[in-house]
Amino acid sequence: MEQMISLKNVFKYFGEFRALNDVSLEVAGGERVVVCGPSGSGKSTMIRCINRLEEHDDGEIWVNKNELTEDTRNIAQIRKDIGMVFQQFNLFPHLSVVDNLTLAHMKARGLYKADSTDLAMTYLNRVHIPEQAMKYPAQLSGGQQQRVAIARSLCMQPKIMLFDEPTSALDPEMIKEVLDVMIELAEEGMTMIVVTHEMGFAKKAADKVVFMDEGEVVESAPTEQFFSQPESDRTKLFLSQILTH
Amino acid sequence: MRRKPKSAVTRAVDIIVIAVAIFLVGYIIHKVDTVMIYEWHWDFLWEYILRWDEEQQAYAPNLLLKGLTATFGLVIWSMLLASVIGIVMGIMRTSSRIFFRTVSRLYVEFIRNMPPVVFIFVFFFFLSSQFVPLLGIDQLSVDASPQTIAVLEILLGPPELFANVISGIICLALFEGAYITEIIRAGIQSIDKGQTEAGQSIGLSRFQTLRWIIFPQAVRKVLPPLAGQFITLIKDSSILALISIQELTFLAQEVAYSTQYVFEVWLFVAGVYFCICYSLAFLFTRLEKRTHRIYQS
Ligand SMILES: Nc1ncnc2c1ncn2[C@@H]1O[C@H](COP(=O)(O)OP(=O)(O)OP(=O)(O)O)[C@@H](O)[C@H]1O
Ligand SMILES: [Mg+2]
Repeated sequence: MEQMISLKNVFKYFGEFRALNDVSLEVAGGERVVVCGPSGSGKSTMIRCINRLEEHDDGEIWVNKNELTEDTRNIAQIRKDIGMVFQQFNLFPHLSVVDNLTLAHMKARGLYKADSTDLAMTYLNRVHIPEQAMKYPAQLSGGQQQRVAIARSLCMQPKIMLFDEPTSALDPEMIKEVLDVMIELAEEGMTMIVVTHEMGFAKKAADKVVFMDEGEVVESAPTEQFFSQPESDRTKLFLSQILTH
Repeated sequence: MRRKPKSAVTRAVDIIVIAVAIFLVGYIIHKVDTVMIYEWHWDFLWEYILRWDEEQQAYAPNLLLKGLTATFGLVIWSMLLASVIGIVMGIMRTSSRIFFRTVSRLYVEFIRNMPPVVFIFVFFFFLSSQFVPLLGIDQLSVDASPQTIAVLEILLGPPELFANVISGIICLALFEGAYITEIIRAGIQSIDKGQTEAGQSIGLSRFQTLRWIIFPQAVRKVLPPLAGQFITLIKDSSILALISIQELTFLAQEVAYSTQYVFEVWLFVAGVYFCICYSLAFLFTRLEKRTHRIYQS
Protein backbone atom coordinates (compact mmCIF):
# COMPACT_ATOMS: atom_id res chain seq x y z
CA MET A 1 0.00 0.00 0.00
CA GLU A 2 1.16 3.53 -0.69
CA GLN A 3 2.79 5.73 1.90
CA MET A 4 0.51 8.02 3.82
CA ILE A 5 3.08 9.57 6.14
CA SER A 6 6.77 9.62 5.68
CA LEU A 7 9.42 11.21 7.90
CA LYS A 8 12.92 11.33 6.47
CA ASN A 9 15.84 12.16 8.75
CA VAL A 10 13.88 14.65 10.79
CA PHE A 11 15.63 16.81 13.38
CA LYS A 12 14.03 19.13 15.88
CA TYR A 13 15.73 21.41 18.38
CA PHE A 14 14.39 23.35 21.33
CA GLY A 15 17.20 25.88 21.67
CA GLU A 16 20.29 23.76 22.13
CA PHE A 17 18.33 20.70 23.11
CA ARG A 18 17.86 18.08 20.41
CA ALA A 19 14.36 16.69 20.81
CA LEU A 20 14.31 14.68 17.57
CA ASN A 21 17.49 13.11 16.34
CA ASP A 22 17.42 11.78 12.78
CA VAL A 23 13.94 10.33 12.99
CA SER A 24 12.64 8.36 10.02
CA LEU A 25 9.25 6.70 9.89
CA GLU A 26 7.01 5.30 7.18
CA VAL A 27 3.28 4.81 7.66
CA ALA A 28 1.24 3.24 4.90
CA GLY A 29 -2.41 4.05 4.25
CA GLY A 30 -4.60 2.11 6.66
CA GLU A 31 -1.66 1.19 8.86
CA ARG A 32 -1.90 1.50 12.67
CA VAL A 33 1.30 2.49 14.41
CA VAL A 34 1.81 2.64 18.15
CA VAL A 35 4.64 4.83 19.42
CA CYS A 36 6.02 4.20 22.90
CA GLY A 37 9.04 5.21 24.91
CA PRO A 38 10.03 6.82 28.18
CA SER A 39 8.97 10.32 29.17
CA GLY A 40 10.84 13.04 27.32
CA SER A 41 11.86 10.74 24.48
CA GLY A 42 10.27 12.96 21.82
CA LYS A 43 7.05 11.06 21.07
CA SER A 44 4.81 14.10 21.33
CA THR A 45 7.30 16.25 19.48
CA MET A 46 7.36 13.81 16.60
CA ILE A 47 3.63 13.59 16.07
CA ARG A 48 3.20 17.32 16.64
CA CYS A 49 5.68 17.94 13.83
CA ILE A 50 3.47 15.90 11.52
CA ASN A 51 0.64 18.44 11.66
CA ARG A 52 2.88 21.44 12.19
CA LEU A 53 2.08 22.20 15.79
CA GLU A 54 5.88 22.08 16.00
CA GLU A 55 8.18 23.05 13.17
CA HIS A 56 10.93 20.56 12.30
CA ASP A 57 14.38 22.00 11.73
CA ASP A 58 15.78 19.51 9.26
CA GLY A 59 14.69 16.56 7.16
CA GLU A 60 11.49 16.01 5.25
CA ILE A 61 7.93 15.25 6.30
CA TRP A 62 5.47 14.08 3.66
CA VAL A 63 1.77 13.63 4.31
CA ASN A 64 -0.44 12.18 1.60
CA LYS A 65 2.06 13.24 -1.12
CA ASN A 66 2.37 16.81 0.19
CA GLU A 67 5.61 17.97 1.66
CA LEU A 68 5.29 19.99 4.84
CA THR A 69 6.93 23.37 4.23
CA GLU A 70 6.55 27.02 5.23
CA ASP A 71 3.78 27.32 2.67
CA THR A 72 0.57 27.96 4.59
CA ARG A 73 -1.58 26.40 1.86
CA ASN A 74 0.40 23.22 2.20
CA ILE A 75 0.01 23.29 5.96
CA ALA A 76 -3.73 23.84 5.62
CA GLN A 77 -4.02 20.90 3.22
CA ILE A 78 -2.05 18.63 5.52
CA ARG A 79 -4.10 19.63 8.54
CA LYS A 80 -7.19 18.82 6.53
CA ASP A 81 -5.89 15.27 6.09
CA ILE A 82 -5.00 14.86 9.75
CA GLY A 83 -7.09 14.74 12.91
CA MET A 84 -5.45 15.00 16.31
CA VAL A 85 -6.50 13.91 19.78
CA PHE A 86 -4.70 15.39 22.77
CA GLN A 87 -3.94 14.07 26.21
CA GLN A 88 -5.82 16.99 27.79
CA PHE A 89 -8.82 16.70 25.40
CA ASN A 90 -8.69 20.44 24.62
CA LEU A 91 -12.41 20.74 24.09
CA PHE A 92 -13.76 24.27 23.74
CA PRO A 93 -15.34 24.93 27.15
CA HIS A 94 -17.56 27.80 25.95
CA LEU A 95 -19.29 25.65 23.34
CA SER A 96 -21.74 22.80 23.74
CA VAL A 97 -20.66 19.36 22.61
CA VAL A 98 -22.42 19.63 19.29
CA ASP A 99 -21.03 23.13 18.71
CA ASN A 100 -17.55 21.80 19.42
CA LEU A 101 -18.09 19.43 16.51
CA THR A 102 -19.73 21.82 14.09
CA LEU A 103 -17.50 24.87 14.65
CA ALA A 104 -14.79 24.06 12.14
CA HIS A 105 -17.28 22.85 9.56
CA MET A 106 -19.24 26.05 9.72
CA LYS A 107 -16.38 28.53 10.05
CA ALA A 108 -13.62 26.91 8.01
CA ARG A 109 -15.56 24.94 5.42
CA GLY A 110 -18.71 27.07 5.20
CA LEU A 111 -21.24 24.30 5.77
CA TYR A 112 -24.80 25.11 6.79
CA LYS A 113 -25.73 24.58 10.40
CA ALA A 114 -28.25 21.84 9.66
CA ASP A 115 -25.81 19.85 7.54
CA SER A 116 -22.96 20.13 9.98
CA THR A 117 -25.26 19.22 12.86
CA ASP A 118 -26.30 16.06 11.03
CA LEU A 119 -22.67 15.21 10.50
CA ALA A 120 -21.88 15.94 14.14
CA MET A 121 -24.66 13.64 15.32
CA THR A 122 -23.37 10.86 13.07
CA TYR A 123 -19.97 11.03 14.73
CA LEU A 124 -21.37 11.40 18.24
CA ASN A 125 -23.19 8.16 17.51
CA ARG A 126 -19.94 6.59 16.42
CA VAL A 127 -18.39 7.37 19.81
CA HIS A 128 -21.61 6.28 21.56
CA ILE A 129 -22.65 9.56 23.22
CA PRO A 130 -25.33 11.16 21.04
CA GLU A 131 -27.36 11.92 24.17
CA GLN A 132 -24.67 14.35 25.43
CA ALA A 133 -24.91 16.63 22.42
CA MET A 134 -26.40 19.61 24.20
CA LYS A 135 -24.18 19.49 27.28
CA TYR A 136 -21.06 21.53 27.90
CA PRO A 137 -17.65 19.84 28.20
CA ALA A 138 -17.38 20.60 31.92
CA GLN A 139 -20.54 18.54 32.51
CA LEU A 140 -19.01 15.37 31.05
CA SER A 141 -16.71 12.74 32.53
CA GLY A 142 -13.14 12.53 31.30
CA GLY A 143 -13.86 9.51 29.16
CA GLN A 144 -16.83 11.21 27.58
CA GLN A 145 -14.81 14.35 26.95
CA GLN A 146 -12.11 12.40 25.20
CA ARG A 147 -14.67 10.64 23.04
CA VAL A 148 -16.14 14.02 22.10
CA ALA A 149 -12.62 15.12 21.16
CA ILE A 150 -12.26 12.04 18.96
CA ALA A 151 -15.61 12.73 17.35
CA ARG A 152 -14.61 16.36 16.81
CA SER A 153 -11.56 15.23 14.85
CA LEU A 154 -13.41 12.53 12.93
CA CYS A 155 -16.05 15.03 11.99
CA MET A 156 -13.54 16.75 9.72
CA GLN A 157 -13.24 13.43 7.88
CA PRO A 158 -9.47 13.12 8.03
CA LYS A 159 -7.44 10.38 6.37
CA ILE A 160 -5.10 10.09 9.32
CA MET A 161 -5.64 10.28 13.08
CA LEU A 162 -2.90 11.18 15.54
CA PHE A 163 -3.36 10.36 19.21
CA ASP A 164 -1.05 11.79 21.86
CA GLU A 165 -1.48 9.69 25.00
CA PRO A 166 -5.27 9.85 24.73
CA THR A 167 -5.88 7.86 27.92
CA SER A 168 -3.14 9.20 30.19
CA ALA A 169 -5.31 11.85 31.80
CA LEU A 170 -8.17 9.44 32.45
CA ASP A 171 -9.24 7.52 35.53
CA PRO A 172 -8.67 3.78 35.04
CA GLU A 173 -12.36 2.95 34.73
CA MET A 174 -12.71 5.32 31.78
CA ILE A 175 -9.73 4.14 29.78
CA LYS A 176 -11.55 1.20 28.27
CA GLU A 177 -14.39 3.22 26.76
CA VAL A 178 -11.91 5.40 24.92
CA LEU A 179 -9.73 2.50 23.80
CA ASP A 180 -12.83 0.67 22.52
CA VAL A 181 -13.67 3.61 20.31
CA MET A 182 -10.10 3.66 19.02
CA ILE A 183 -10.14 -0.07 18.31
CA GLU A 184 -13.35 0.34 16.33
CA LEU A 185 -11.71 3.09 14.38
CA ALA A 186 -8.70 0.88 13.68
CA GLU A 187 -10.97 -1.91 12.48
CA GLU A 188 -12.59 0.47 10.02
CA GLY A 189 -9.22 0.97 8.38
CA MET A 190 -8.24 4.47 9.59
CA THR A 191 -4.54 5.31 9.32
CA MET A 192 -3.47 5.94 12.90
CA ILE A 193 -0.40 6.94 14.88
CA VAL A 194 -1.01 6.44 18.57
CA VAL A 195 1.38 7.50 21.29
CA THR A 196 0.42 5.36 24.27
CA HIS A 197 1.63 3.16 27.07
CA GLU A 198 -1.39 0.87 26.72
CA MET A 199 0.39 -2.20 25.44
CA GLY A 200 -2.90 -4.10 25.42
CA PHE A 201 -4.15 -1.68 22.79
CA ALA A 202 -0.93 -2.07 20.82
CA LYS A 203 -1.23 -5.87 20.77
CA LYS A 204 -4.86 -5.73 19.75
CA ALA A 205 -4.89 -2.95 17.17
CA ALA A 206 -1.39 -2.06 15.99
CA ASP A 207 0.33 -3.29 12.84
CA LYS A 208 3.61 -1.82 13.92
CA VAL A 209 5.18 -0.59 17.14
CA VAL A 210 7.85 2.09 17.30
CA PHE A 211 10.05 2.55 20.34
CA MET A 212 11.68 5.94 20.89
CA ASP A 213 14.34 7.02 23.33
CA GLU A 214 16.25 10.31 23.61
CA GLY A 215 14.80 11.66 20.40
CA GLU A 216 15.68 8.63 18.30
CA VAL A 217 13.67 5.78 16.87
CA VAL A 218 15.40 2.88 18.57
CA GLU A 219 13.25 0.11 17.24
CA SER A 220 10.42 -0.25 14.76
CA ALA A 221 8.91 -3.65 14.13
CA PRO A 222 5.64 -5.46 13.38
CA THR A 223 3.65 -5.78 16.60
CA GLU A 224 4.09 -9.52 17.05
CA GLN A 225 7.82 -9.34 16.55
CA PHE A 226 8.20 -6.21 18.69
CA PHE A 227 6.81 -7.94 21.75
CA SER A 228 8.19 -11.44 21.19
CA GLN A 229 11.72 -10.69 20.04
CA PRO A 230 12.77 -7.05 20.56
CA GLU A 231 16.28 -6.41 19.25
CA SER A 232 17.57 -3.52 21.28
CA ASP A 233 18.43 -3.77 24.96
CA ARG A 234 16.77 -0.44 25.61
CA THR A 235 13.52 -1.80 24.21
CA LYS A 236 13.78 -4.93 26.32
CA LEU A 237 14.38 -2.84 29.44
CA PHE A 238 11.46 -0.56 28.65
CA LEU A 239 9.14 -3.48 27.94
CA SER A 240 10.12 -5.27 31.13
CA GLN A 241 9.34 -2.11 33.10
CA ILE A 242 6.07 -1.34 31.44
CA LEU A 243 4.67 -4.86 31.26
CA THR A 244 5.20 -5.57 34.95
CA HIS A 245 2.80 -2.80 36.00
CA MET B 1 -17.95 32.48 42.11
CA ARG B 2 -19.04 32.08 45.68
CA ARG B 3 -17.47 34.50 48.10
CA LYS B 4 -15.54 33.18 51.00
CA PRO B 5 -17.26 34.02 54.28
CA LYS B 6 -15.49 36.98 55.85
CA SER B 7 -13.33 36.29 58.84
CA ALA B 8 -13.90 38.15 62.10
CA VAL B 9 -10.72 40.14 61.53
CA THR B 10 -11.69 41.45 58.09
CA ARG B 11 -15.10 42.32 59.42
CA ALA B 12 -13.56 44.26 62.29
CA VAL B 13 -11.30 46.07 59.83
CA ASP B 14 -14.33 46.92 57.69
CA ILE B 15 -16.14 48.37 60.66
CA ILE B 16 -13.14 50.45 61.71
CA VAL B 17 -12.69 51.82 58.19
CA ILE B 18 -16.33 52.79 57.95
CA ALA B 19 -16.29 54.36 61.39
CA VAL B 20 -13.21 56.43 60.56
CA ALA B 21 -14.79 57.55 57.27
CA ILE B 22 -18.00 58.63 59.00
CA PHE B 23 -16.02 60.45 61.63
CA LEU B 24 -13.95 62.33 59.03
CA VAL B 25 -16.97 63.35 57.00
CA GLY B 26 -18.75 64.51 60.14
CA TYR B 27 -15.69 66.42 61.25
CA ILE B 28 -15.38 68.22 57.94
CA ILE B 29 -19.05 69.17 57.89
CA HIS B 30 -18.73 70.35 61.45
CA LYS B 31 -15.68 72.47 60.58
CA VAL B 32 -17.34 73.96 57.53
CA ASP B 33 -20.41 74.68 59.61
CA THR B 34 -18.75 76.23 62.63
CA VAL B 35 -15.33 77.52 61.71
CA MET B 36 -15.97 78.72 58.19
CA ILE B 37 -19.54 79.68 58.92
CA TYR B 38 -20.48 78.62 55.45
CA GLU B 39 -23.97 79.21 54.20
CA TRP B 40 -25.08 76.53 51.80
CA HIS B 41 -26.84 77.56 48.60
CA TRP B 42 -28.08 74.50 46.82
CA ASP B 43 -31.14 75.80 44.99
CA PHE B 44 -29.18 77.96 42.55
CA LEU B 45 -27.88 74.72 41.02
CA TRP B 46 -31.22 74.10 39.37
CA GLU B 47 -30.99 77.04 37.04
CA TYR B 48 -27.59 75.85 35.90
CA ILE B 49 -29.06 72.51 35.06
CA LEU B 50 -32.25 73.68 33.34
CA ARG B 51 -32.97 77.28 32.52
CA TRP B 52 -36.20 78.89 31.45
CA ASP B 53 -35.89 80.13 27.89
CA GLU B 54 -38.05 83.25 27.51
CA GLU B 55 -38.00 83.25 23.73
CA GLN B 56 -38.91 79.61 23.28
CA GLN B 57 -41.16 79.56 26.31
CA ALA B 58 -39.59 76.24 27.33
CA TYR B 59 -36.92 74.79 29.56
CA ALA B 60 -33.50 74.47 27.96
CA PRO B 61 -30.43 72.69 29.28
CA ASN B 62 -27.96 74.98 30.94
CA LEU B 63 -24.22 74.61 31.49
CA LEU B 64 -24.18 71.72 33.93
CA LEU B 65 -26.59 69.57 31.96
CA LYS B 66 -24.83 70.45 28.72
CA GLY B 67 -21.58 69.43 30.34
CA LEU B 68 -23.07 66.17 31.48
CA THR B 69 -24.35 65.33 28.00
CA ALA B 70 -21.00 66.25 26.51
CA THR B 71 -19.24 64.02 29.02
CA PHE B 72 -21.58 61.18 28.16
CA GLY B 73 -20.87 61.52 24.45
CA LEU B 74 -17.18 61.87 25.04
CA VAL B 75 -17.02 58.87 27.29
CA ILE B 76 -19.12 56.55 25.14
CA TRP B 77 -17.21 57.28 21.94
CA SER B 78 -13.88 57.09 23.71
CA MET B 79 -14.81 53.73 25.20
CA LEU B 80 -15.71 52.36 21.79
CA LEU B 81 -12.63 53.74 20.11
CA ALA B 82 -10.36 52.72 22.98
CA SER B 83 -11.81 49.20 22.84
CA VAL B 84 -11.14 48.95 19.13
CA ILE B 85 -7.59 50.20 19.62
CA GLY B 86 -7.13 47.89 22.58
CA ILE B 87 -8.38 44.83 20.74
CA VAL B 88 -6.28 45.44 17.65
CA MET B 89 -3.17 46.32 19.64
CA GLY B 90 -3.78 43.51 22.12
CA ILE B 91 -3.91 40.97 19.30
CA MET B 92 -0.78 42.49 17.82
CA ARG B 93 0.92 42.13 21.21
CA THR B 94 0.41 38.37 21.00
CA SER B 95 1.28 38.08 17.31
CA SER B 96 4.07 35.80 16.18
CA ARG B 97 5.44 38.60 13.96
CA ILE B 98 8.02 40.71 15.69
CA PHE B 99 6.98 43.83 13.75
CA PHE B 100 3.45 43.80 15.15
CA ARG B 101 4.68 43.01 18.62
CA THR B 102 7.14 45.90 18.53
CA VAL B 103 4.63 48.45 17.27
CA SER B 104 2.09 47.70 19.95
CA ARG B 105 4.77 47.39 22.60
CA LEU B 106 6.07 50.85 21.76
CA TYR B 107 2.57 52.27 21.86
CA VAL B 108 1.87 50.79 25.28
CA GLU B 109 5.21 51.76 26.79
CA PHE B 110 5.03 55.29 25.39
CA ILE B 111 1.70 55.94 27.01
CA ARG B 112 2.15 54.05 30.24
CA ASN B 113 5.25 56.03 31.09
CA MET B 114 3.73 59.45 30.70
CA PRO B 115 1.37 61.34 33.01
CA PRO B 116 -2.07 61.61 31.37
CA VAL B 117 -2.08 65.40 31.55
CA VAL B 118 1.25 65.67 29.75
CA PHE B 119 0.18 63.18 27.12
CA ILE B 120 -3.01 65.08 26.49
CA PHE B 121 -1.24 68.43 26.20
CA VAL B 122 1.30 67.03 23.76
CA PHE B 123 -1.17 65.10 21.75
CA PHE B 124 -3.89 67.68 21.70
CA PHE B 125 -1.51 70.22 20.25
CA PHE B 126 -0.59 67.77 17.51
CA LEU B 127 -4.21 66.78 16.91
CA SER B 128 -5.71 70.22 16.76
CA SER B 129 -2.92 71.79 14.72
CA GLN B 130 -2.28 68.92 12.27
CA PHE B 131 -4.68 66.05 12.34
CA VAL B 132 -8.03 67.81 12.61
CA PRO B 133 -7.38 70.22 9.68
CA LEU B 134 -5.96 67.29 7.72
CA LEU B 135 -9.17 65.33 8.02
CA GLY B 136 -11.20 68.45 7.43
CA ILE B 137 -13.00 67.99 10.73
CA ASP B 138 -12.87 71.73 11.42
CA GLN B 139 -14.73 72.31 8.15
CA LEU B 140 -17.29 69.66 8.93
CA SER B 141 -19.85 71.96 10.49
CA VAL B 142 -19.56 74.29 7.49
CA ASP B 143 -19.41 71.89 4.55
CA ALA B 144 -21.59 68.96 5.55
CA SER B 145 -25.21 68.61 4.49
CA PRO B 146 -27.90 69.50 7.04
CA GLN B 147 -28.82 65.82 7.40
CA THR B 148 -25.26 64.81 8.18
CA ILE B 149 -25.03 67.62 10.68
CA ALA B 150 -28.28 66.55 12.29
CA VAL B 151 -26.97 63.01 12.73
CA LEU B 152 -23.62 64.22 14.00
CA GLU B 153 -25.35 66.56 16.40
CA ILE B 154 -27.07 63.61 18.03
CA LEU B 155 -23.79 61.72 18.20
CA LEU B 156 -21.41 64.50 19.15
CA GLY B 157 -23.32 67.53 20.40
CA PRO B 158 -23.45 71.08 19.03
CA PRO B 159 -21.82 71.53 15.56
CA GLU B 160 -19.58 74.42 16.55
CA LEU B 161 -17.81 72.05 18.95
CA PHE B 162 -17.30 69.07 16.61
CA ALA B 163 -13.57 69.60 16.16
CA ASN B 164 -13.18 70.19 19.87
CA VAL B 165 -15.08 67.04 20.86
CA ILE B 166 -13.47 64.81 18.27
CA SER B 167 -9.99 65.83 19.38
CA GLY B 168 -11.01 65.09 22.93
CA ILE B 169 -12.35 61.66 22.02
CA ILE B 170 -9.22 60.71 20.12
CA CYS B 171 -6.94 61.88 22.93
CA LEU B 172 -8.80 59.99 25.58
CA ALA B 173 -9.20 56.85 23.48
CA LEU B 174 -5.52 56.73 22.57
CA PHE B 175 -4.57 57.13 26.19
CA GLU B 176 -6.92 54.54 27.65
CA GLY B 177 -6.42 52.23 24.66
CA ALA B 178 -2.93 51.44 25.89
CA TYR B 179 -4.26 50.06 29.14
CA ILE B 180 -6.99 48.13 27.36
CA THR B 181 -4.29 46.68 25.09
CA GLU B 182 -2.58 45.22 28.12
CA ILE B 183 -5.86 43.87 29.47
CA ILE B 184 -6.67 42.18 26.17
CA ARG B 185 -3.16 40.77 25.88
CA ALA B 186 -3.39 39.27 29.35
CA GLY B 187 -6.81 37.86 28.50
CA ILE B 188 -5.61 36.19 25.31
CA GLN B 189 -2.51 34.80 26.98
CA SER B 190 -4.52 33.41 29.88
CA ILE B 191 -6.20 30.92 27.55
CA ASP B 192 -4.48 27.55 27.46
CA LYS B 193 -2.26 26.92 24.42
CA GLY B 194 -4.06 23.63 23.89
CA GLN B 195 -7.12 25.60 22.74
CA THR B 196 -5.19 27.18 19.89
CA GLU B 197 -3.65 23.85 18.98
CA ALA B 198 -7.02 22.13 18.95
CA GLY B 199 -8.37 24.90 16.73
CA GLN B 200 -5.48 24.60 14.31
CA SER B 201 -5.67 20.82 14.24
CA ILE B 202 -9.29 20.90 13.07
CA GLY B 203 -8.35 23.26 10.29
CA LEU B 204 -9.23 26.71 11.62
CA SER B 205 -6.97 29.54 10.54
CA ARG B 206 -5.11 31.67 13.02
CA PHE B 207 -7.74 34.38 12.80
CA GLN B 208 -10.65 31.95 13.04
CA THR B 209 -9.10 30.36 16.11
CA LEU B 210 -8.74 33.76 17.70
CA ARG B 211 -12.23 34.86 16.75
CA TRP B 212 -14.20 31.74 17.66
CA ILE B 213 -12.16 30.05 20.36
CA ILE B 214 -9.79 32.38 22.15
CA PHE B 215 -11.81 35.59 22.14
CA PRO B 216 -15.07 34.26 23.55
CA GLN B 217 -13.16 32.73 26.43
CA ALA B 218 -10.89 35.73 26.96
CA VAL B 219 -13.82 38.17 27.07
CA ARG B 220 -15.17 36.58 30.19
CA LYS B 221 -11.81 36.87 31.89
CA VAL B 222 -11.23 40.49 30.92
CA LEU B 223 -14.64 41.82 31.95
CA PRO B 224 -13.63 42.80 35.52
CA PRO B 225 -10.38 44.61 34.62
CA LEU B 226 -12.12 46.15 31.62
CA ALA B 227 -14.86 47.54 33.86
CA GLY B 228 -12.17 49.07 36.04
CA GLN B 229 -10.51 50.64 33.03
CA PHE B 230 -13.78 52.07 31.74
CA ILE B 231 -14.37 53.67 35.11
CA THR B 232 -10.89 55.13 35.00
CA LEU B 233 -11.70 56.43 31.53
CA ILE B 234 -14.77 58.23 32.84
CA LYS B 235 -12.75 59.83 35.59
CA ASP B 236 -9.87 60.70 33.27
CA SER B 237 -12.31 62.40 30.91
CA SER B 238 -12.31 65.31 33.34
CA ILE B 239 -8.69 65.97 32.44
CA LEU B 240 -9.94 67.08 29.05
CA ALA B 241 -11.17 70.24 30.79
CA LEU B 242 -7.53 71.34 30.66
CA ILE B 243 -7.63 71.52 26.89
CA SER B 244 -10.98 73.32 26.93
CA ILE B 245 -13.13 70.40 25.87
CA GLN B 246 -16.55 71.60 26.99
CA GLU B 247 -17.45 68.70 29.21
CA LEU B 248 -18.82 68.51 32.73
CA THR B 249 -15.67 69.48 34.62
CA PHE B 250 -14.85 72.36 32.30
CA LEU B 251 -18.32 73.86 32.46
CA ALA B 252 -18.58 73.25 36.19
CA GLN B 253 -15.45 75.30 36.57
CA GLU B 254 -17.12 78.15 34.75
CA VAL B 255 -20.19 77.91 36.93
CA ALA B 256 -18.04 77.79 40.04
CA TYR B 257 -16.13 80.91 39.00
CA SER B 258 -19.13 82.90 37.98
CA THR B 259 -21.34 82.04 40.95
CA GLN B 260 -18.62 81.66 43.59
CA TYR B 261 -20.53 78.72 45.06
CA VAL B 262 -17.44 76.58 44.76
CA PHE B 263 -18.37 73.97 47.35
CA GLU B 264 -21.84 73.31 46.04
CA VAL B 265 -20.80 73.06 42.42
CA TRP B 266 -17.92 70.65 43.01
CA LEU B 267 -19.81 68.50 45.48
CA PHE B 268 -22.59 68.21 42.94
CA VAL B 269 -20.18 67.34 40.16
CA ALA B 270 -18.44 64.79 42.35
CA GLY B 271 -21.82 63.23 43.06
CA VAL B 272 -22.61 63.04 39.36
CA TYR B 273 -19.31 61.31 38.54
CA PHE B 274 -19.85 58.95 41.42
CA CYS B 275 -23.30 57.99 40.16
CA ILE B 276 -22.06 57.35 36.62
CA CYS B 277 -19.08 55.28 37.71
CA TYR B 278 -21.02 53.36 40.29
CA SER B 279 -23.82 52.46 37.88
CA LEU B 280 -21.28 51.28 35.35
CA ALA B 281 -19.59 49.08 37.93
CA PHE B 282 -22.99 47.70 38.85
CA LEU B 283 -23.84 47.00 35.22
CA PHE B 284 -20.60 45.13 34.69
CA THR B 285 -21.15 42.99 37.78
CA ARG B 286 -24.50 41.95 36.33
CA LEU B 287 -22.95 41.26 32.95
CA GLU B 288 -20.23 39.17 34.55
CA LYS B 289 -22.79 37.07 36.38
CA ARG B 290 -24.65 36.50 33.13
CA THR B 291 -21.62 35.40 31.15
CA HIS B 292 -20.78 33.15 34.06
CA ARG B 293 -24.08 31.37 33.76
CA ILE B 294 -23.67 30.77 30.03
CA TYR B 295 -21.01 28.13 30.41
CA GLN B 296 -19.62 26.56 33.51
CA SER B 297 -16.01 25.51 33.71
N1 LIG C 1 8.19 23.75 23.76
C1 LIG C 1 9.30 23.15 24.26
N2 LIG C 1 10.35 23.91 24.64
C2 LIG C 1 11.47 23.33 25.14
N3 LIG C 1 11.62 22.01 25.30
C3 LIG C 1 10.61 21.20 24.95
C4 LIG C 1 9.39 21.73 24.42
N4 LIG C 1 8.56 20.70 24.15
C5 LIG C 1 9.24 19.59 24.51
N5 LIG C 1 10.45 19.89 24.98
C6 LIG C 1 11.47 18.93 25.43
O1 LIG C 1 11.65 17.98 24.41
C7 LIG C 1 11.78 16.69 24.95
C8 LIG C 1 10.79 15.76 24.30
O2 LIG C 1 9.51 16.16 24.69
P1 LIG C 1 8.20 15.35 24.29
O3 LIG C 1 7.07 16.09 24.86
O4 LIG C 1 8.22 15.12 22.84
O5 LIG C 1 8.41 13.99 25.05
P2 LIG C 1 7.41 12.77 25.19
O6 LIG C 1 8.12 11.59 24.68
O7 LIG C 1 6.11 13.12 24.58
O8 LIG C 1 7.26 12.65 26.76
P3 LIG C 1 5.99 12.36 27.65
O9 LIG C 1 5.81 10.90 27.70
O10 LIG C 1 6.36 12.92 28.98
O11 LIG C 1 4.83 13.07 27.03
C9 LIG C 1 11.59 16.80 26.45
O12 LIG C 1 12.86 16.75 27.07
C10 LIG C 1 10.97 18.14 26.63
O13 LIG C 1 11.44 18.73 27.82
MG1 LIG D 1 4.15 13.57 25.32
